[in-house]
Amino acid sequence: MSAISSDIAIHAEGLSRDFGPLRVVDGVTMRIPRARIYGFLGPNGAGKSTTIRMLCGLLIPTAGSVTVLGHPVATEAEQVRRKLGYMTQRFSLWEDLSLRENLEFVATIYALPRHERRPRIDAALERYHLADRDTQRAGTLSGGQRQRLALAAATLHHPQLLLLDEPTSAVDPQSRRDFWESLFDLVAQGTTILVSTHYMDEAERCHALAILDRGKLVAEGAPKQLMRDIDAIVLEIETERPREARKVLEQQAAVKSVAQIGTRLHALLARDLPEPETRVGGWLKDAGIAGHIERVGATLEDVFVASTTQSNR
Amino acid sequence: MDALAARLAPLADAFARVWAITDKEFKQLRRDRITFGMVVGMPLMQVLLFGYAINMDVRHLRAGVVDQSHTQLATEWVQDLEATQVVDVTYHVGSVPELDALLRRGQIVVGIVIPEDFAARVAERGNGGTRAVAQLLVDGSDPTVEGVARQLSLTPLPGQSAREAAVAVRTYYNPERRSPVNIVPALIGVILTMTMVMFTAMAIVRERERGNLEYLITTPVGSGELMFGKILPYVLIGLIQTTIVMLIAVTVFAVPMVGSYLDLYIASLVYITASLGLGLLISTAAQTQFEAMQLTIFTFLPSILLSGFMFPFDGMPVAAQWIAQLLPLTHFVQLVRGIVLRGATVMEMLPQMGALALFFAITIVAATKRFHKRLD
Repeated sequence: MSAISSDIAIHAEGLSRDFGPLRVVDGVTMRIPRARIYGFLGPNGAGKSTTIRMLCGLLIPTAGSVTVLGHPVATEAEQVRRKLGYMTQRFSLWEDLSLRENLEFVATIYALPRHERRPRIDAALERYHLADRDTQRAGTLSGGQRQRLALAAATLHHPQLLLLDEPTSAVDPQSRRDFWESLFDLVAQGTTILVSTHYMDEAERCHALAILDRGKLVAEGAPKQLMRDIDAIVLEIETERPREARKVLEQQAAVKSVAQIGTRLHALLARDLPEPETRVGGWLKDAGIAGHIERVGATLEDVFVASTTQSNR
Repeated sequence: MDALAARLAPLADAFARVWAITDKEFKQLRRDRITFGMVVGMPLMQVLLFGYAINMDVRHLRAGVVDQSHTQLATEWVQDLEATQVVDVTYHVGSVPELDALLRRGQIVVGIVIPEDFAARVAERGNGGTRAVAQLLVDGSDPTVEGVARQLSLTPLPGQSAREAAVAVRTYYNPERRSPVNIVPALIGVILTMTMVMFTAMAIVRERERGNLEYLITTPVGSGELMFGKILPYVLIGLIQTTIVMLIAVTVFAVPMVGSYLDLYIASLVYITASLGLGLLISTAAQTQFEAMQLTIFTFLPSILLSGFMFPFDGMPVAAQWIAQLLPLTHFVQLVRGIVLRGATVMEMLPQMGALALFFAITIVAATKRFHKRLD
């Protein structure tokens, strides 16, 4: 194994996928390092699920190649599957089996050594706070419990790589926090995690992020770095008439987007705009709107908006 | 020794996975009350339905009589007719128009008109005359009733032996292919077709619909392992259903079991696997349980109509016979009738066994090939 492939869990090169005439994933290239949480951020339909499915061999790329944990997925999908845990967007375990039966099934499927099955299942039930429900049927679990069971199942065989497709979409905030704690525990043990999400707070917790929009990878990097390197000027405008102010600003070509947050406006402007505060103040004054304008640091949402509106235009 | 163990380990894992899937299916089946009920209820209901309701013997037809002769002779003759059990005289009316009305309203299907000079006509016939002694009005809307007219007209006139008459009726109207004796054993095939094809098709499509399959195919489970694991529970269910049908056939319908049960179970086993293969193939084509159901019925109808289960195989057009050869039920109907009714052995019916085995091989290979461990 070469030095590069040993620190890189996933290497995708020019990954594309068509469904009929529609190109859902378009030339995605990325290297995901081991023992990191790597986030996929993107609106619905951005190609997150399709990309994840190509990474684990569920879909064949129309173009491009993927190497996962040193195995080319196109030819060694089975080897990849043994080292991989996958949590689907939808709960995909058996609702008419009990928690323990589900995990026993998974343990056999992954051919875990017979004497290790029980201790591992017990440990997983314990770790994910499901031990007192082990004989309950999975169909009767709440959203958060289901998700913990799914994570228990996906990690039962101690995979080196965990693919999570919008794992927290049906879960309350407290469960989400607990869930992320579990993910960090797994990373500390050396697991690489790829997680897709459309929650900004979750994206911010990732070591590195890729923002997908309409099948294209439009930004990549650590959340902090993405916020620092944002290709826009972020202004916060406090005004009595935010709705009118917004209409005025949106007519300007240099304004990429304006979002209202309470009585404040969050405006993204082209980076090459000189003296942005003065310019914006001037536009508002011309429209007879008073306001306090301040330059602020970008949030991840700004990064998301900036990179996704760019490809829209 | 270690090398051998290392080589056998993957095989043991594969068997373990097949068993894991089978075990899971059983657990799910036990908890799915509707399906579980169908396993037992379907053969029970169908055997009784086909055995009793779809009885091709026509008996106890409702009949009306107009006796214009008012003679003892006529009364005796009507009693003879009733003794055949083909007709039950439920109406005695005074005129032919009244009889017509009963027929028209469907209250009777056979009308018997006895003329005023009945006694004279009977005497005339006894001396070699050809004039009809009475008239039968028959509801022709049911084709099977048509045969009854001929049958009843053969009922001998008073004076002849009644025993002869009963025999004559039975031989006339019970062509071999239409008795429950013939229908019920073949029902094993029909029931197995229905349940085996549908259950297996559903079993995979349901997992596709519920999202289980997306998870399963990211695991190390192989396509073949999944297919066999899915099939195994239904093989057992199929054998249980065979047993249920045979129990009812022998106890309720007094079907003679001429052949050996071992041969019957061997033939059933091969037929079950052929049906399961078809079910799996359907499951790889259908995306939803509804589609699976439609495809099952699509294959089920020609099986029922062309296999020789309902209509005599020899009576069908050549083209239909060719299509019938492609249906596993055709071969199984021949097998099961041969074994149960004629005492044939499996070895004597190798062409049919071979056809079923071939059908299984083709469908299971096609299903496994079609079932990529992928979503596209």
